[in-house]
Amino acid sequence: MRIIWVTLRTTFTVAIVCCLVYNLAVWAVAQAAAPGKANGSLIENAEGQVVGSKLIGQNFTEPGYFHGRVSSIDYEANGSGSPNYAPSNPELLKRAEASIAAWKTENPDVPVSEVPIDLITNSGSGLDPQISPQAAEAQVPRVSKVTGISEDDLRQMIEDHTQGRSLGLFGEPAVNVLELNLDVQAARK
Amino acid sequence: MTTISIIAILVTLLIVVALAKPVGLYLAAAFDYGSSSRLNRVFGPVERLIYRISGVREENQSWKTYAASLIGSNAIMIFIIYLVLRFQGMLPLNPAGIANMEPSLAFNTAVSFMTNTDLQHYSGESGVSYLSQISVLVFALFVSPATGLALVMAFIRGLTGKAAGNFFVDLIRALTRVLLPVAFVSALLFVFMGVPQTFEPAAAATTLEGAQQTIARGPIASFLAIKELGNNGGGFLGVNSAHPFENPNGLSNLLQILLMMLVTTSLPFAYGKMVGSLKQGRILFVSMLVMLIVMTGISLTAESAGNPVLNALGVQHSQGSMEGKEVRLGEAQSAFYSVITTAAETGAVNNMHDTLTPIGGLVPLANMMLNTVFGGMGVGFVNVLMYAIIAVFLSGLMVGRTPEFLGRKIEGKEMKLIAVTLLVQPFLILVPTAIALATHPETISNPGFHGLTQALYEFTSSAANNGSGFEGLGDANTFWNISTGIVMFLGRYISMVTLLAVAGSLAIKKPIPESSGTFRTDTAMFGAVFVGIVLIVGALTFFPAVVLGPIAEQLTL
Repeated sequence: MRIIWVTLRTTFTVAIVCCLVYNLAVWAVAQAAAPGKANGSLIENAEGQVVGSKLIGQNFTEPGYFHGRVSSIDYEANGSGSPNYAPSNPELLKRAEASIAAWKTENPDVPVSEVPIDLITNSGSGLDPQISPQAAEAQVPRVSKVTGISEDDLRQMIEDHTQGRSLGLFGEPAVNVLELNLDVQAARK
Repeated sequence: MTTISIIAILVTLLIVVALAKPVGLYLAAAFDYGSSSRLNRVFGPVERLIYRISGVREENQSWKTYAASLIGSNAIMIFIIYLVLRFQGMLPLNPAGIANMEPSLAFNTAVSFMTNTDLQHYSGESGVSYLSQISVLVFALFVSPATGLALVMAFIRGLTGKAAGNFFVDLIRALTRVLLPVAFVSALLFVFMGVPQTFEPAAAATTLEGAQQTIARGPIASFLAIKELGNNGGGFLGVNSAHPFENPNGLSNLLQILLMMLVTTSLPFAYGKMVGSLKQGRILFVSMLVMLIVMTGISLTAESAGNPVLNALGVQHSQGSMEGKEVRLGEAQSAFYSVITTAAETGAVNNMHDTLTPIGGLVPLANMMLNTVFGGMGVGFVNVLMYAIIAVFLSGLMVGRTPEFLGRKIEGKEMKLIAVTLLVQPFLILVPTAIALATHPETISNPGFHGLTQALYEFTSSAANNGSGFEGLGDANTFWNISTGIVMFLGRYISMVTLLAVAGSLAIKKPIPESSGTFRTDTAMFGAVFVGIVLIVGALTFFPAVVLGPIAEQLTL
């Protein structure tokens, strides 16, 4: 039938234009104009070794670093995801209670009432690179005590790595945990 | 929820409203066969070359041939997509060494992308190769919205007594005049906002604590742009636009919302232009905008109140419900995105819908059940026009006059076709949900009432060709792959055929002149009747299921 023949030929032309030309044109311009971003905003240390991506969170458990959000996939960035607990799921409450108990032992100086909710909830991607400024502030006493960096210096670092709302309107202010911890690591030495 | 976040949402809505009319007028011109306009001079040469290579003849088709071309071409394309996914493991451009997709999942994915649903039972990082992503999946991301646009243009032509047009010409024009240029520009904007566009394999990093991290990436920006613009919604990466690579900041989030709304909000104005009275389109636009604003209000209220269970733990909870959400986007932009993505039947998500508060999750569900709060590319507005015809019909019955729509009599034949269309949707949602709950309870991941909502949401999303999900559902198995595959296919094509038949039937009717007794369809009164009919039909059909799911969950929290 004619429809079949025209469909096959149209499929071929559309594939050339929409798949081959379109994807490659975007790729070519992106690689020429913004190679850093186009390749994943990777961050290298002084030795040229890749330590992560500005956009991808990583697991921080040592008390001398600022900690990110709960991640059911432990920030393994070859995947992404969350446990998808419903608000009524008892496992959600159990996990949040465990997070709060851990907070109390790690941060004896900061009461639970000062812990913002983003620190005890799983992000959507499991790779959230950021925490709220309040979540960073709540960790200042612990990090200062362990690293010996003054609280004021830490607050300055937090401010340096706080990304405001886009155009002052869209989204929420957020602190990049990896960039913040790179500063902490450098100041420690 | 802060004042700033409310202002941000209002500004977004203002931009959407400001774009709708000019884009609508552009669309009306772009699909006008008669005009010897500037557009034909600009796009004509390229298009004629494509027609020649593809063997497309620029001639009008009959309604039956138009419908047959639409369904036939889509079916053949589904088969081609299926084949590539089945054999991707042996094909090039597969640096991660991803295996062939198993048959039921390949069937589901091929149908899903071609029907503009983009329900995904695989994860982009581990389920598909770069080749599959940029070839067959991007192909479907372009062709399925182009098919939807072709449908709506043919349908409106029918309402005005014109010939159907040519499906292949409409398809190509949708690509060259709308989708490709906008997608290309927005893909580049996404790159500048931080979205990767690379063919390099996953990056290897050594974290500050000395662990090894493998960072999946790829040609994401080009995929993302057409995913949003075409109301597709299928993500390059597993968690879709919640992934920082697929939505790096508030600005990329804004652009995604604008792209999702761009075409679907403009169609009422394109329709107004094509039927020769902008007022006809404006009243439908305003009615839908009112519904959208109400939905947004409900969702924001629920999400900013947060989850009472977690709030009771004594933490600081001014951020609202943050489980399953990203800090850079926050509660307000996440809730708003959920409303938009289900209103425009895109199905992209920037937060996990499974973890929305019960009422916050009810709003997306309601959007998909009503399927008339703008709706998906093309098909959404055809559905809206169907409800407008129902509104005219019921109003006519009440006053005892033969109902007319745009000067054409609505009679038994049209109403029978519409009744079938109307009944198919709840059948496709409620029956499979009951079967799934009875036979596969082990795939439900959350206990209690929420479990019912998970199954209900999956089939509602499939039937409405939305594609978002309550992702805790264990849907990566043969039962869910086959059942949702069938629901997506029938949900898309049955209504396309029946409504094209309605258009064909109306097209040949002799127009009757307007009289003082004509029920006008360009007044606020009609807008109110339209919204009333949508809500009554929706409530009568789905209220029991909604009470057993989200409403019961809310009451027990």
